[in-house]
Order: sequence, then C-alpha cells, then structure tokens
Amino acid sequence: MAHDGPPRQALAAALGSLVVRSLAVQVATAVVVAALVYLLVSNAAENLVRQGIASGFGFLRHEAGYDVGETWIQHSARNTYAHTLFVGFLNTLYVSVLGIAFATLLGIVVGVARVSRNWLIARLSAVYVEVFRNTPLLLQIVFWYTVMRQLPPPRQALHPFEGVFLSNRGLVHAIPVWTPVHGWMLAALLVGVGASLALGYWSRRRREATGASTPVLWPSLALVLGLPVGAWLLGGAPSAVDLPALRGFNFRGGATHSPEFVALLTSLVAYISAFIGEIVRAGIQAVAIGQREAARSLGLREGLILRLIVIPQALRVIVPPLTSQYLNLVKDSSLAVWIGYPDLVSVANTAINQTGQAVEGIVIMMTVYLTISLSISLFMNWYNSRVALRG
Amino acid sequence: MPAAPSPAAALAERRARARAALPPPVERVGALRWMRDNLFSSLANTLLTLLTVAALALVVPPILMWAFVGSVWYPPDPEVCRAATGACWAVIVEKHRVMFFGLYPYAEHWRPFLAVILYVVAVALTCWRRCWSWQVLVPLWAASLAAIVVLMLGGIFGLTVIDTGQWGGVPLTMVVFTATVTLGLPLGVVLALGRRSEMPVIRLLSVLFIEFIRAVPLVTILFCAAVVFPLFLPPGWNVDKMVRVLIGMGIFYGCYFAEVIRGGLQAIPRGQYEAAASLGLSYWRTTRKIILPQALRIVIPGLMNHIISAFKNSTLVIIVGLFDLLNATGAAVADPLWIRYYTEGYLFVAAVYFVGAFALSKYSQQLERWLAEGRRY
Repeated sequence: MAHDGPPRQALAAALGSLVVRSLAVQVATAVVVAALVYLLVSNAAENLVRQGIASGFGFLRHEAGYDVGETWIQHSARNTYAHTLFVGFLNTLYVSVLGIAFATLLGIVVGVARVSRNWLIARLSAVYVEVFRNTPLLLQIVFWYTVMRQLPPPRQALHPFEGVFLSNRGLVHAIPVWTPVHGWMLAALLVGVGASLALGYWSRRRREATGASTPVLWPSLALVLGLPVGAWLLGGAPSAVDLPALRGFNFRGGATHSPEFVALLTSLVAYISAFIGEIVRAGIQAVAIGQREAARSLGLREGLILRLIVIPQALRVIVPPLTSQYLNLVKDSSLAVWIGYPDLVSVANTAINQTGQAVEGIVIMMTVYLTISLSISLFMNWYNSRVALRG
Repeated sequence: MPAAPSPAAALAERRARARAALPPPVERVGALRWMRDNLFSSLANTLLTLLTVAALALVVPPILMWAFVGSVWYPPDPEVCRAATGACWAVIVEKHRVMFFGLYPYAEHWRPFLAVILYVVAVALTCWRRCWSWQVLVPLWAASLAAIVVLMLGGIFGLTVIDTGQWGGVPLTMVVFTATVTLGLPLGVVLALGRRSEMPVIRLLSVLFIEFIRAVPLVTILFCAAVVFPLFLPPGWNVDKMVRVLIGMGIFYGCYFAEVIRGGLQAIPRGQYEAAASLGLSYWRTTRKIILPQALRIVIPGLMNHIISAFKNSTLVIIVGLFDLLNATGAAVADPLWIRYYTEGYLFVAAVYFVGAFALSKYSQQLERWLAEGRRY
C-alpha cells in the first residue's frame, strides 16, 4: 500500500518513481529515434544498391561535365564536381551579399519614409511595404525573369542612361578601367577605416579619462573618403571608363549581369526591403518621445540627438529581427533554382540529376546553408551584444 | 433669492456657451490646414511633396491608361489585343480555367470549383468569432476536408478517380496551405513542449531538430521530400509525391511555429505551474488545461505571421513539379499566342495572392484587438 510507510519514505518513493519514469521516457525516446535512423539508413543503403547508385562523396573528384553560366573563378566543364559546387556557393554568396546591402539601404529609406511627417511620402512608403510584403517572393522572381526575357534583343536594347543597356541578354553597364591606382585606392580606404576606428577608440578613452570631447564623425568621414580620393588624385586621376558598345549581336565591354541574376536580385531586394522597412519603423517608433524631448531640454543639437539618443536605442529593437531577415534573404536566394541562376542549389541539383546521388547532394546543400546561417547568427549575436543594454 | 443652479443645469449652460463660442479661424481647420501640416510643413517637406507629385504625375496616368482606357477584356482574341493600346486582360478570360484548375481534366472542373467554394465557406466560418468552439470547428473542418478530398480525388459516388498528379491551380494551393498549417501546428506544440522539457534527451533532440530545419532553405526540405525520401522507405513502399511534399511543408513550418509557441510558454508565470502542481495535476493535465490555453492565446499574432508566410511560400511546391496557381499561370501565359501578355497574367495572380495575404494580415490585427479585450488589467 502506498500510504503505509512514514511520509519521508513515501516522498522518496514518489521522487524515485518520478526520476525512474523520466529516465525511462528519455531512454525510450532515444532508442526509438536511434532505431528509426537505423531503419531509414539501412533502407537507403539497400535501395541504393538495388538501383545501382554509388554512395559516398567520391563523385566530388569526378569531372562534372557541365558549364556554369556565371563564375567568379576560373571554371570549365572539365573541372570536378567539388570545384563546380564551389562556383555555385560563390554565386550564392555574391547574390546574398549584394542583396543584404541593397535591401538594408532601401529598407532604411522605406522605414524612415513611413514615419515621415510628409503624408504623401508616408503613404507611398506604406503602399510599397504592403505590395511587396504580401506578394509571394517566387511570383516576383518569375515575373521579373519573364520581364527580362521579353526585353528586346541587344540591337534594340533599352538605353535609359549613358552606359547602361537593358536587353534580353541582361543588364550591361559601364565600369572604370582597372588600373594599379585603384588598388592603391582600396589600400587607402582600408587605412582610412583603420585610422577612424583608432580615432574613435582614442577619443572614447580621452573622454572617459578627462571628460573632454573630440570630434570624431567628420574627421572619420574625411579619413574614409578623403584618403582614397587623395590616392586617386596622386595617381593622376585615371578616369578611363569601359563603356559597353554593341558589336555584332551582343555587347562588348562594361560589366554584364545575366537576366537571371537581375531578376533574382531585384525580387530579393524588393521583398526583403519591405520587411526591413517595417523593422526600421518599429525601431524608430519604439524610442519614447520623452527621450527626444529630454535631449532637447538638455540643449543637444538635432544631429547629436539622433546619433546619441535615438539611433542607439532604436538599434536595440532593430538588430534581432534584422538578423532573421538577413538569414531569410540568404535562404530565399535558393529560389534561384527555378529560373536557373547558378547558385549552390541549382548547381547541386544538376549534379544530383547527373550522378543520381541525391542524398549526398542534399547533405552538401544543407551543410553549406547550416554553416552560412550559423555564421550570420554568431556575427549578429556578437553585434547585438554590443548594442544591447549592459548589466 | 434664486436657488443655486443644479449641477445638471450648470453643465447644460456650460455646453450651450461652448456651442455659442466662435469657430476656430479658417486657417486652423479644414483641408488647407491639413495640407500645411502634412505636406508643406517646411521648405524641405514642400520640395519633397512637389517632387513626389511630379513623379506620380509622370508615372501614374500612363499606367492607368494602360490598365483601363486602352485595355481589352473581351473578346479573348490575341489579334484584338495586338491592335489595342492598353492591357490585354482578355488573356485571363481566355486562360482562367487553366490558371485556376491546372491539369485537372477539363470536363471535371466543377469538382475543384465546388471544393474551393466549400473551402472558402469553411474559412469564413472559422474567422467568425461565433464559431470559435471545438464543438463547431472540429466537425466543420472534418466534414469539409473529407468532402474536398472526395470531390478532388473521386473514386466513390460514381466520381472518376483523379490522381493527385493532375491536381492543380487554386485547389492545390489551398490543399498545400491547409495541410501545412494543420500538420505544422500540432508538430509546433510538441516541439515547443519538447524544447521546454526538463528531460535533457528530449530537450536536446527538439533543439537539434528545430535549429537544423530553421537553418536550411525550404527548397532543400522540398527536395528531400520529393527526391530523397523515397530512398529511405522500405523497398516496394510508395508514398504519393504530393503527400510527401505536404509533410515536408508541415515539418518546415512546424519548427517555425514551435519557436513562436515556445515564446508563449516562457511568458506563462511560474505561479501557474506551481498552482497546478499544488492541485496535484499531472504534467499532461497541467499542460493541456492550464498552460497551453494561455500560451497559445498569447502567440496567435506571432503564429499568424508564419501562417501568412506559409500562404505565400505554398508557391515553392512548383520547384518540385506541382502545378499550383503560380505554375498553372506560368504554363498558361507560355502559350506562344499569348506570351506577349504575360504581365497581365502575372499581375492578376499577384493580385489574387495579395488579396489573400493582405486579408490574413488585416484579420490578424483584428484578432489581436479581440484577444486584447479580455486582458485589460
């Protein structure tokens, strides 16, 4: 009988039974999951043998035999699958990085416009957000891709600005001719960024030690922008521009972006920037009006109020959801497979179709996205811990 | 000596005096005042307004002219459209059956049509507050889903069997969306409870599963469901491709739902758990009767965000070869006779999705207000 023993014993028994039950449940779950995994893997092994499909990652060293439309490194059909997949990975990174940069810029503009005191601007921005947020991304991609494909051929290309052509071969625009001076400008830019970071650090230390403030913003801007411009002027201001021109049936010169790339980037930027706009608006509105008023009553200038009071507090609200939008953009770039932009997923998809090694192909895709997602999460968590409230 | 005025009379007198007061000066009310406040409040704002108006004047009239004035609705003839100056909406008139029902046999289109009507009625009833009880919703959905499956699949009542491979258009979009949500929500609850469990093994398994699925794109999950999953089945077994894709979508969104629900679980004060424990309720009774009803109520707005996303991302099933509304439209406007009018076709479908997603998000805001009514403390 349960109530026979002294209370202490009953309690111990009850606790014991709880612990035992919890252990039993956990062991049972672990066993079921392990058995399930074992069953699936042995099924897969049997099926692969039966269908005569090789398994393992040995295929990565074989010749891929297909070309990739857009590459950032030397690539041909003679290269291995591993090399080809790496080309796809670089394309994913490329469209993601550009997408994040443009979507952030546009998103900030949209978010600030939504809280504008100008009624027209605020309404327009709201319409933008609702339209692009409530239409499926894949539909936008398909639409822009069809638009690009239906553009006139290069001979009748649209020519909105000097040096920019839009045709069914994609977007062609002028770029500066690369000279060694541009390398020096890049170096000067890095030096400028480093110097302004050092200046910021020194100024903060000085303020903490003596209370005296040093201007940081304008000197930093001068360093970051001035040094490259100075290097350019010192290098003799090379201003040669590689203008695209029609030769025969296509363009020569300039930089060319494929219709797939233009459609994908446009849609990703339009879709994600609508979400970022809402995040920025929420962040701005989250800063209590009293904070601005208090700052004004202290006699701070408007620029300083924005920089010291509003933006730091808004960032605290903005950064976590912004992170998940960046992650969404990277993952959504995989929709490229539908229109054939050679990102990781579509390159790996071709590999799967050629070798039949679907399991390995998907494991590679998933591992790569897992790594990218975890890296962005780690970086943004680090950044978030810098802007978050301390203590 | 007159009697002191009663409070009511004093109030009436004050009201009368307020009515007799002069109206505010003209420049402080009305359209002019509004415009000065909202459009021309400063030099910069005035410039911005003028620039925007100019840009709108440049862009909007040609679009309106294209969409309405020079457009063709009827007859559905590409030659008539070619002669017209505006949009060719006739492409929708011509192709609407393909767009709406995809590859479904033409003579049987009344079946998906009836299914869509049934579905819309069920959704409308679900959105209506009067119907919010398990006694209404569970039979309603059980009956309408069964009726929809019977209508679409056939095989009994003398209906010919239509294989899921031939399903398409709006009914397919509707099936994908509904299955995603109805599979995803229970899975989300289980995973969220697992992640909050005190048993380390269960917690670890839930965390790994949720974080893994959330880190990879939906496309890879769909590939898994369509291409890889059959390899993991015992030889000779076969699961319908559409069913596999639906399960994949359900698992993917289940993990996103789980994270939202976990937030709700964390928001329940400890006292609730302790009170339930002091009443001697078991874990499952505590969860079912005390914790979940409160937690789910809190997270409904968050869940709605993901439900809207599931609605939009139901389009992704086209990547593994299903013929939903988007894919059917793509196929319809790929007709060489009508390819010039793809813009009209896609704009129309975009409008359909927009109405759905926008209505869901407005409804979610209304839901938030309704749920806030009971919690004004």
